[in-house]
Amino acid sequence: MNVPVVEMLVGCLIMFAVTYLTKAVTLLFGKKTISNRYVRSFLYYLPYSVLAVMVFPAIVFSTSDLYAGIAGTVVALLLSYFRKGLIPVSLASIATVFAVELLFYFL
Amino acid sequence: MKFSRGLKDGFPIALGYVSVAFAYAVQTVNQGFPPWFPILISATNFTGTGQFAGTNLIAVGANLAVLIATMLVINIRYTLMSFALAQKLQSPFPLWKRAIIAFGVTDENFAVAIRQPQRLSFPYLLGLMCCSFCGWLGGTALGAGVSSILAQTLTSDSGKAFYEMLMSAFGIALYAMFVAIVVPPSRDDRTILFLVVLSVAASCIFYFVPALNSLPAGLEIIICSVVCTAIIAYFFPHDDAKTPTDVDSAPSDAQRGAL
Repeated sequence: MNVPVVEMLVGCLIMFAVTYLTKAVTLLFGKKTISNRYVRSFLYYLPYSVLAVMVFPAIVFSTSDLYAGIAGTVVALLLSYFRKGLIPVSLASIATVFAVELLFYFL
Repeated sequence: MKFSRGLKDGFPIALGYVSVAFAYAVQTVNQGFPPWFPILISATNFTGTGQFAGTNLIAVGANLAVLIATMLVINIRYTLMSFALAQKLQSPFPLWKRAIIAFGVTDENFAVAIRQPQRLSFPYLLGLMCCSFCGWLGGTALGAGVSSILAQTLTSDSGKAFYEMLMSAFGIALYAMFVAIVVPPSRDDRTILFLVVLSVAASCIFYFVPALNSLPAGLEIIICSVVCTAIIAYFFPHDDAKTPTDVDSAPSDAQRGAL
């Protein structure tokens, strides 16, 4: 990766501006409620879809080795199915990836 | 509702934020950004998913319009949360105080604030948000510091290989956390499960079909999520979506972390 500092700063400024605006606009000027059932449902469901799209399939390629990535993904899916919580799931997933990488390193 | 009460309520949130922010910073430094960059982003943004997506886009030199649109799609839920908070503020609540509170609107801060039985005072919200923000910023600084120190200490050949494996393994950290956020509610609610499966399918199409994966980076997040969510919201409108506070009710607070 070779991103010039100016681009980093511009990117940061844009991220800040958009994030702050979405947080502030109704807090500062909001008067009416959103009553439309479909709009409300859309906003309710959107975060799940965004996360799903961001995670899959990118999670499989998030490490330096495809098999390690797949192993880590399976562990994350299994543990979160049993509601193990953010940190245990994450640590187990990292450990799995690391173990598989070590295995390949010494093979 | 005092400042100290806010600090106390913010403490568990801060603890959760430390780990998420730590993972964010390690990944960002590992992408090749200087250590000050994730700290600057965390100091100015204070949003998990948005920072993660935005940083990835900057790393690949994405088009600025795509960056704006992606941040908008990911963060638009805050508009609804802020709206709900606005109805619950003590009056009078001057505009400049609202402008400060707005910065601290996150999924977790919102969840805690909206549950309070009484109207929200400025000191309480300030305490809550300051405390969780410290966790967020502290976790980021810790992650950036640890990964750059490790990079400098592990300089021998085997040390370098070890460092690279460690950082590579850490690359999965945030993704795994996101999995932990999405999977439990998908187990409980078939509509969410259906939405998640549909979104993953759409995302895979964009990822693996050659004509589609040459689109500007980040565009697939917007297209897939907006289209899939629109379909689901149209055919299976969420019936409990009567009050704005329900935005929060789906993922349990403890699990939620940095949505």
